[in-house]
Amino acid sequence: MSQTITIDPVTRLEGHGKITLKTNDQGEVTEAYFSVTQVRGFEKFCEGRPYYEMPSLMARICGICPVSHLIASAKACEAIMSIEIPPTAAKLRRALNLAQTIQSHALSFFYLASPDLLLGMDADPAQRNIFGVASANPELGRAGIGLRRFGQHMIELLGRKRIHPGWVVPGGVTEPLDPAKRDEILGLIPEAYANIKLALDWYKRIADRFRDEAESFANFPGAFLGMVADDGGLEFTDGKLRLIDAKGKILLDKLRAAQFEKHFGEAVEPFSYMKFPYYKPLGYPEGSYRVGPLARLNIVSHAGTPLADVELKEFKQKANGPVLGSFYYHHARLIDILHGIEMIERIFGDPTILDKHVRATAGVNRLEGSGVAEAPRGTLMHHYKVDENGQMVWANLIIATGQNNNAMNRGVLQTAQRYVKGDKLEDGMLNRVEAVIRTFDPCLSCSTHAYGQMPLSIKLLAPDGTKLDELRRG
Amino acid sequence: MSAPVDVKTLVIDGVNVSGSAGQTVLEVARENNISIPTLCHLDGLSEVGACRMCLVEVKNSPKLFPSCVLKVEEGMEVTTASDRLKHYRQTILELFFAERNHICSVCVANGHCELQSTAQSQGLTHVRLPYRNPKLDVDASHERFVLDHNRCILCTRCVRVCAEIEGAHVWDIMGRGIDSMLIADLHQPWGESSCTRCGKCVQVCPTGALSEKSKFGAEHPKHPEFLPYLNMMREGQ
Repeated sequence: MSQTITIDPVTRLEGHGKITLKTNDQGEVTEAYFSVTQVRGFEKFCEGRPYYEMPSLMARICGICPVSHLIASAKACEAIMSIEIPPTAAKLRRALNLAQTIQSHALSFFYLASPDLLLGMDADPAQRNIFGVASANPELGRAGIGLRRFGQHMIELLGRKRIHPGWVVPGGVTEPLDPAKRDEILGLIPEAYANIKLALDWYKRIADRFRDEAESFANFPGAFLGMVADDGGLEFTDGKLRLIDAKGKILLDKLRAAQFEKHFGEAVEPFSYMKFPYYKPLGYPEGSYRVGPLARLNIVSHAGTPLADVELKEFKQKANGPVLGSFYYHHARLIDILHGIEMIERIFGDPTILDKHVRATAGVNRLEGSGVAEAPRGTLMHHYKVDENGQMVWANLIIATGQNNNAMNRGVLQTAQRYVKGDKLEDGMLNRVEAVIRTFDPCLSCSTHAYGQMPLSIKLLAPDGTKLDELRRG
Repeated sequence: MSAPVDVKTLVIDGVNVSGSAGQTVLEVARENNISIPTLCHLDGLSEVGACRMCLVEVKNSPKLFPSCVLKVEEGMEVTTASDRLKHYRQTILELFFAERNHICSVCVANGHCELQSTAQSQGLTHVRLPYRNPKLDVDASHERFVLDHNRCILCTRCVRVCAEIEGAHVWDIMGRGIDSMLIADLHQPWGESSCTRCGKCVQVCPTGALSEKSKFGAEHPKHPEFLPYLNMMREGQ
């Protein structure tokens, strides 16, 4: 008998989402939908506000990655002002964005994903959380908390606040770096290295246990988009965009934020508030692509820092061409962290970072501007139009998670077909369906964070709506 | 010889104090380090008694009086803090917050706003009234400054500073009651008005209603304390 299985909300994610699975008469999953059930409305209620308020206003979208929004938004404003910011301001912002990537990745890997990896996909849900990790492997738990603290503390040192720092503004940053803060940040680096080394070593030891999941977790050929440095290395803040296909062929390169709209469209599906961006020449859904840590490692030729380069080389040996399995997002995230720590050490080791000139000023010189930055979960785009007084008339945000929307939906179907069978639900099978979503570390409504156990109910419904089975948690 | 000063003695919060005839209860209280919250009052400007934050109780009167316009009288007994006054002041603040769109987290005056700091000092934790969420305009037509009606509490400090100190009288209030709205000249865009661009209105605005373009919170601390000096200099001439 065919039935509908709903997982609502999906747990250990940032934001609220719902998974719906449909089975046929043989109990095999035939359709799967991953829906984002909230609408936020930022693009609408910014209308009429002065453009220079956008960084602080738009950053309120998300408590996990406000820095990425701050930077993408400030860059869109700078396009409207037609200015180039002082080099020291650019370096400070790069460091801030890396700090945020580190803390967000630490949250994703250790708090949200590691319970599945350490304790197993079928472990008792009551234990399958960060507290379970901390008691089963205290060292790993401590490393995760330490890395998150490193990133958060650095954001606080630079921007005065851990969440929603107001330091990034159109034109640069509001104040130069205090040497004492620089020294404090450099002092935290050795511990950060030790923590990421521990995590990488541990991950590589256990990764083989999940060979089965790696095969079925959104593992399919598809395109990848992300930012690269001018020399083709890893870049999170001031690079240009590159799109490659499943074989590694470059489809687009050196793409600036303003050119994005020309090449990419956004499709809408009735089951989700999240849009589905795609590469126009291939159409929708064939032109869907992935962004984020895995995409970044797939599109770059090298990392650009010595330790991360070694890890990247090893990572790239997993496939002849781009690594296609989304399970490897977890591994890629750890390499991102390592690269971030190395880059931060490099940026703060440069004496010019203390330069006092950190802000450029200008008024409205263009009526339209776009800005792009790599958020932890992928490429983030802010596109604004203003009137002659600088008041917002239109905004469009292309959020990283949206660009993984199609891949997440495909992943849910692929994983459900592999693990969900019959008319009896088991927690482990459904946890795998959630876990495939967790590999992408989506920030669903790009809103405030939620981790741990949210109340979860899964219902099996017969075609006539009668309930066949139900699981409850939380 | 100068004329003898007419001194009035009175009691404020149980303390015997004195002030000269013509002084307000607010002035005398502050001279004696007794604090009374205010929003529309500003040293150096005329009083309008508009915000009602400075309400006090006077013995033998059932009415509450705004202390900024209440003249001292011989034998007066004034109370500046009581449960009744706290209730009134908190309710007034709640009405301010409910009336327009005061969203501190994304306001340019966040951390440097008198409405915000007064709400904190008065222990306001919740607004019990439904928010009106009116759709109000932002006037960014001025080259240097922005007027955001969403944050305006109609204290008229800007109106008074422009008329009384700058002598331009660009600002005024249009409409009545809930429809009252700050306007430049005869309701023209600020950028097209007779504004002299002195910026005094921005300096005296207690909230984020008037601000310098592209500046946030700590970046433009306001300096309303310059007004008494300006007046002193002029009187000296």
